[in-house]
Amino acid sequence: MLDLLWLVPALPFVGFLVLAIFGPRLPRRAVALIGPGAILVSAIVSLIVAGSFLGSPPVGNAYTQNLWTWIDVGGFQPHIALYLDSLSLVMMVVVTCVSFLIHWYSTEFMAEDKGYSRFFAYMNLFVASMIVLLLGDNLLLLYLGWEGVGLCSYLLIGFWYTDPANGRAARKAFYVTRVGDTAMSLGLFLLFTHLGTLDIQGLMQRAQAQWPAGSTMATAAALLLLGGAVGKSAQLPLQVWLPDAMAGPTPTSALIHAATMVTAGVYLIARTHVLYTLSPTGQLAVAVVGTTTLLVAGFSAMTQHDIKRVLAYSTVSQIGYMFLALGVGAWGAAIFHFMTHAFFKALLFLGAGMVIESLHHEHDIFKMGGLRKELPVTFWTFLIAGCSLAGLPLITAGFYSKGLIIWSTRVAEHGSAALWLLAVIGVLLTSIYTFRLIFLVFFGEAKTHVAKKPGWAMQTPCVILAILSIIGGYVNTPEGLGNVHIFSNFMEKALPATVEAHAAAMGELASESIVTLAFIIGLAIAYYLFLARRESAEALTRPAISRALHRFWFSDWGMDWLYDKLFVQPILWFARVNKSDVIDAFYGVLAYFARTFWRVMQATETGRVRWYAAGIVAGSVIFLALVLFL
Amino acid sequence: MFALGTIGLLVRRNLLFILMSLEVMLNAAGLAFVVAGSRWAQPDGQVVFIFILAMAATEVSVGLALVLQLYHHYRTLDVDAVSRMKG
Repeated sequence: MLDLLWLVPALPFVGFLVLAIFGPRLPRRAVALIGPGAILVSAIVSLIVAGSFLGSPPVGNAYTQNLWTWIDVGGFQPHIALYLDSLSLVMMVVVTCVSFLIHWYSTEFMAEDKGYSRFFAYMNLFVASMIVLLLGDNLLLLYLGWEGVGLCSYLLIGFWYTDPANGRAARKAFYVTRVGDTAMSLGLFLLFTHLGTLDIQGLMQRAQAQWPAGSTMATAAALLLLGGAVGKSAQLPLQVWLPDAMAGPTPTSALIHAATMVTAGVYLIARTHVLYTLSPTGQLAVAVVGTTTLLVAGFSAMTQHDIKRVLAYSTVSQIGYMFLALGVGAWGAAIFHFMTHAFFKALLFLGAGMVIESLHHEHDIFKMGGLRKELPVTFWTFLIAGCSLAGLPLITAGFYSKGLIIWSTRVAEHGSAALWLLAVIGVLLTSIYTFRLIFLVFFGEAKTHVAKKPGWAMQTPCVILAILSIIGGYVNTPEGLGNVHIFSNFMEKALPATVEAHAAAMGELASESIVTLAFIIGLAIAYYLFLARRESAEALTRPAISRALHRFWFSDWGMDWLYDKLFVQPILWFARVNKSDVIDAFYGVLAYFARTFWRVMQATETGRVRWYAAGIVAGSVIFLALVLFL
Repeated sequence: MFALGTIGLLVRRNLLFILMSLEVMLNAAGLAFVVAGSRWAQPDGQVVFIFILAMAATEVSVGLALVLQLYHHYRTLDVDAVSRMKG
């Protein structure tokens, strides 16, 4: 059954073509059937493929489906080939299933929208590109999917294009990720010129054979690919686009900017993990980027007013955890957290969508409140997802995945006590901002009237995701709490196992208990500030220093301001200085000469035939004289 | 004779006289060919003269047609009056 694999990306693509060509002429019911239907079939096929992969694992735990040769020129021969191993399998199943649930939700969420078929066409194209990215056998095909998802992200952020602000947000996302993509394409050129292939498995083998550990080339390649990953996954210093990307429709934010696309960077690093094991500098860079991002974004998330921006910063912060896990060499833990994060973050966004929809498109959390009784399903699913995000011990999936990452940062080969401590502080921040959000939105007194209650097409996917956000964690539990290792064992078929170099430093349970403690402290702070004693939160922001700090965090640590001063202003200045265009002056002079000459010659055109005849006679006399006498 | 024709072409204003001067020039060229042919005992000079004659006939027919049209239009044969093509 593995040969059905090609259907997984093909079906959404067919869905996209049908919707893009016939969409505007189809009735809404048909669009609602084709868009999510294509994804549903694709998800079922991917589950069948997963079943047969687990039932009878192919040779070497990897299956390659070679469809055709894409280009064949001078030894450069990328194939259109799909590569399935346990890493891409997990990603593929999660992406198709979460995509289907979000498509289902969108059939109701977007029901009133004019661009109904356009929305589903973009979403289908996104899923197709994402699957190509995940299953691509060579880096060129991966890059095709990579740019495809970037394009869909741009199209969907600017989906409501009549508002210029949305267009600006879309362009910002496009430009900022372009910076990362440039680094990544340079990395691809470097790998091809030095190793002579872009086929991922061949590349990894050749890298291991040709480059000694710690070689400059491996470091350069690792850092360039990290640049691409940082852009796509919204990590420091390129995280500025993600909060603005919330201008798109909420299901888009759930699917693209939380669950799937932004984790492409994590996938890329995990896929090319050999380069990072060869280069300790590269791997350290990944860990440092992850740690700083998770803290910076955590502080920013605490100060935001817009419900979607809080979630956006939280996404940035959680991907920071994944990068941290990759950086310390806990490859499986990163993918585990990707999976649980896809469930609970998609759910949080869908819940936020329901809240926003029911309150006349109100985004400000300080104008919400008391929604617990009005929207019970939303409340409970949102609470489960929030607990999973913050890591409510024992029950939720987020606890297990994040606990594994944090413990790994201490015991893994490249782990250290400092990274571990920063990661625990991250848990504290996560807990504070998550419960701040929940308390402000669902508790307290109602401030805005609920206009519209979500229907079953929006609630069912949320309930399914809520169940997944709980049971998703039970596939891998720490020692002493069941000691299940299904997930990490499965991951170790594709990725190296975590080397527990400092296993003596800290037990897994001890780490988990400290994480739990951080979670409880965060919960208590949020409870005190935002539910029990609202006035104390206001008192806290009154002193000048804390107001300045609040403003600083609110503006994402001044990153936008910095980029404006560093890049945008100099370019604008140069444009102003060079308004008359120096290069153009040369051509201006040429045109001036031509025009002057034309004016002089124009005077000779008198319209008198006899003058012309005289000119001919004079010319021939002069010419004859020249011939005869010279 | 050629120079005479050229001067006539330049100084005359009447289009009819200009055409006549042109004929004079053509005949001058034809005479030169014939004289050269008899001087070097070659038949080519006379052959070319017949060509020139044929060409002159067509040129005159076209030219006279133009003169008629011009006269219809401007009621004059003065070429300097016809300077609408001035740039």
